[in-house]
Amino acid sequence: MSHRVRTVLFLVGGAGLAALLGWAFSGLPAFGEYHGVYGRLINRETLGQTHALSAIAAVTFDYRGFDTLGEEFILLASVLGVALLLREARERDVDASRGAETFDPIRATGLVAVPVVFLLGLFVITHGYLTPGGGFQGGVVTGLAIVLVWLATDFRSYAALVRKPLADLADGLGAGAYVAVGVGGLLAGGAFLESFIPRGTIGELTSSGTIGLLSWAAGIEVAGAMLLLASEFLEELLARRER
Amino acid sequence: MIPLQAVTMTLVAVGGLAVVLARDVVRQALVNSFFGLALVVLFLVFQAPDVALSAITVGSAAAPLVIVIAILRVRRREGKR
Repeated sequence: MSHRVRTVLFLVGGAGLAALLGWAFSGLPAFGEYHGVYGRLINRETLGQTHALSAIAAVTFDYRGFDTLGEEFILLASVLGVALLLREARERDVDASRGAETFDPIRATGLVAVPVVFLLGLFVITHGYLTPGGGFQGGVVTGLAIVLVWLATDFRSYAALVRKPLADLADGLGAGAYVAVGVGGLLAGGAFLESFIPRGTIGELTSSGTIGLLSWAAGIEVAGAMLLLASEFLEELLARRER
Repeated sequence: MIPLQAVTMTLVAVGGLAVVLARDVVRQALVNSFFGLALVVLFLVFQAPDVALSAITVGSAAAPLVIVIAILRVRRREGKR
């Protein structure tokens, strides 16, 4: 196909797409208008029912806790898939000295950032139902804080800190703990994933029932998954033997 | 729509275009993470801090890391050939 034909084809297609998009956008509700019922209901009922200040945490870990359970296992399965696919590069094949030396300023800044980011991650997991955040976001931040060790120094320091079986364990235990908290609701005579501990006072760390526990379960799982993912990719990158 | 929202939406549009127009893959990965950062600002301006947190961790940290490692790995294999 010549350049000219392709350009004409693009212009025709692009004009069609633009016309359709313009037509679709003109039919949208006005900016900032919301016609849904579910959102209004959540806004009105969350505080009284779950004692969680963040309605989003209440939805993800309480009203829709079962959906989050599914997402937990999607993550678990995909990380498992990565680990299986990349299993050929074993730790003994890794050339840990590979990669350029990092500059001292980068090393210093990175190493200062590690504990700060790690703490931030734990904070985000802990306060998911009081402020924005929660298990997933906090888990990613916590896991990536440790990956920063590799960015700041080298793979050897990172591998000394992260044992793959431990990351594996965190990944599995987190997912298992989520199910266990759900079963706790059944044992207490309620529904699966129904909160079985007192809701506490609104705005306090001990409030919101099982939302905090589920947030921690998700956080541990996600942090383990991130570390496992990073370890597998780094080993693949630094593998001595070519496949 | 307040001006700040319009500005961030334009920023996201420009960022998306820049990702498509970047030709070198490593550069594209970096531009992509800046695009991710623009999205984070967009979510924040539109009062969705939870989504912004997810976007900042996945879009501008985790995904670029995986992409850059994959590019480096492929380049090394091509270099050996």
